[in-house]
Amino acid sequence: MQIPSFNGLERTVGTPAMAVEEVSFRYDRPQPGRSWTVEQVSFDVAFGEIVGIVGPNGSGKSSLLKLMAGLLRPDAGAIYLEGRPIADRPPLEMARILALVPQEPAPLFPFSVAETVLMGRFPHRKAGWWNVGAGAEQEADLVAVHRAMAETNVLALADRLISDLSGGERQRVLIARALAQEPRVLLLDEPTAFLDLSHQIDVCAVVRRLAKERQLAIVLVTHDLNVASLLCGRVVMVREGTVRAIGTPAEIIKPEILRSVYGCDVVIDRHPETGGPRVTLSMQAV
Amino acid sequence: MRSVRSVRSGEQTRPLIPTTVGSQTSCPVTRSLEFEWVKTGAVLTERHQRLVLAWLLAGAFVVMIVCTKFGAVDVTGSDWLAALWNLVTSDHTDEAIGPVGVILLQVRFPRVLMGFLVGGTLAIVGATLQALLRNPLADPYVLGVSSGAALGITAATLLGGAAFSGAFSMGVLTVSIWGFVGGLATLVVIYTLAQSHGRLPIHGLLLAGVVLNAVLTALIMFMTSIMEPARSAGLIAWLMGSVAVPGWSGLLGIAACVTAGAGWLLYHAPALNVLTQGEETARSLGVDVERLKKRLYVVAALLVGAVVSVSGMIGFVGMVVPHLVRMAVGADHRLLMPAAALVGGSFLVLSDTVARTLLAPSEIPVGVVTALAGGPVFLYFLLAQKSRMV
Repeated sequence: MQIPSFNGLERTVGTPAMAVEEVSFRYDRPQPGRSWTVEQVSFDVAFGEIVGIVGPNGSGKSSLLKLMAGLLRPDAGAIYLEGRPIADRPPLEMARILALVPQEPAPLFPFSVAETVLMGRFPHRKAGWWNVGAGAEQEADLVAVHRAMAETNVLALADRLISDLSGGERQRVLIARALAQEPRVLLLDEPTAFLDLSHQIDVCAVVRRLAKERQLAIVLVTHDLNVASLLCGRVVMVREGTVRAIGTPAEIIKPEILRSVYGCDVVIDRHPETGGPRVTLSMQAV
Repeated sequence: MRSVRSVRSGEQTRPLIPTTVGSQTSCPVTRSLEFEWVKTGAVLTERHQRLVLAWLLAGAFVVMIVCTKFGAVDVTGSDWLAALWNLVTSDHTDEAIGPVGVILLQVRFPRVLMGFLVGGTLAIVGATLQALLRNPLADPYVLGVSSGAALGITAATLLGGAAFSGAFSMGVLTVSIWGFVGGLATLVVIYTLAQSHGRLPIHGLLLAGVVLNAVLTALIMFMTSIMEPARSAGLIAWLMGSVAVPGWSGLLGIAACVTAGAGWLLYHAPALNVLTQGEETARSLGVDVERLKKRLYVVAALLVGAVVSVSGMIGFVGMVVPHLVRMAVGADHRLLMPAAALVGGSFLVLSDTVARTLLAPSEIPVGVVTALAGGPVFLYFLLAQKSRMV
């Protein structure tokens, strides 16, 4: 199946949107007892696929996501975005293909929701003096913003201040900002962290719809194995910077694998609706 | 491609919400200007931006004209109006405009314009630093940039051996360069101190600024204390802040420098918007954050150096004005920065008028007026923000 891409090039479903190959990385000041934050990691992501990166605290999953977003540079290995190493791509070009929803503290500046989403158009704007004036947005910018807000159900919040929103609403606005970039790859850092149940469901539904309808390649880092099980086609399980297991949730979320990665026992049964694995804390361990 | 400018062209078609899947370019023809959120003003429109700036410009103009009535020499209202009329209609010979006209033309107009330039520059630099640091309380003074500039100028005076009585006695350019060197050196030191992991955490920078500010102020006090009183008197008066200017010649150089720098900052308003969202977000949106930050800091240091060299240490304009303007017009820097410049300029012109009329014929330093007006506001924001700040 051929899908026309944004820049007119053809791309085929099934070719990896992103490929991480033998990537190693360490911070200037490495953690005690460990030389690499990310070591020899390889995996790829296809268009329309949701890949979850899971693992214990400090396992390097957020660093891995930052490497993929180009925020950190790998010390070894390479990361390919649509077949080209991200190190060769200028930042603005990269921002038109790949969007990141980071975990950053709530902004103190009183931007409205629509203004926040409009910032996603930054990589598409044409630089020049005339763009300093407001109203320099082209029709395509406003259409993209409208579509992004519609798809994340934040249209009704458009003129509210971002600082006045609840965590779940804010998360959807940040996803809308990323969508306004019209990316083909979407990276999410802990999209459901600190959200209550209904907001978790909202965010999950949005992510799922985007993979299906926009055929985005989506990578998300999460703590929540049940979210990973429900959303992800494949799960990458990391511990101490290396990939310990990779595969579908049914293949990966098993007691023996979780014991070796997390070092604890959990109860795993079947999700009554999906039949996928469901993780619960074990009473015996508690 | 049509732009938002055609918002007034009156097209009536209902918006079509694009629903195409997979392809991102082929959105159906859409009247985006009919979007509800565009109409309710959830984003800044060109019309709104122009309207606000036009009003502020008109306000600034009125403030500047009215403030020329006040000063050391008492001028009656009718004399003042007549002199203004003569200035507009006659050629500018001393005979044609009369004594009041000469005072207005040679003393008060340059001074009012200088106040406007200084206030506007401080406000626009303040807005820039607040966005850069993602802290609505940042300001050239909090960071120590102004103290650094003042120290550079003080050191130049100490080494030069001449008496200092404001920038104009030494040549604006020379003094500005010393101010720039001092301000930039401060920023470099702060940068180096606060650097870790190859990038710059915000809170480290603020703390470094606070500490450096204290040290620099102590150095300035030390230097003035070892000068002969005759030489340090002018220096101390200048440090306290004044926008007095000896005629038009001194004004032009500083006006050119400040306009160019402020224009350059304004050009980066869209990038500053993105920077307020966090550094990771900004980088993922394609902003070369480290390079942009360095450039913005250098230009900010240049502007502060220029402003401090002509007007000394005038505090709080750079912090209070952008903060209040942001509350009124929103956070979009494309409107916030020019609006803050206009309001900051007007505010300093008013403060200077208070400074020179309150105890006329003697003058209070304008830095004292802005500090007394701005300090309590700063404290209020600090308390209000305490619960939200990290």
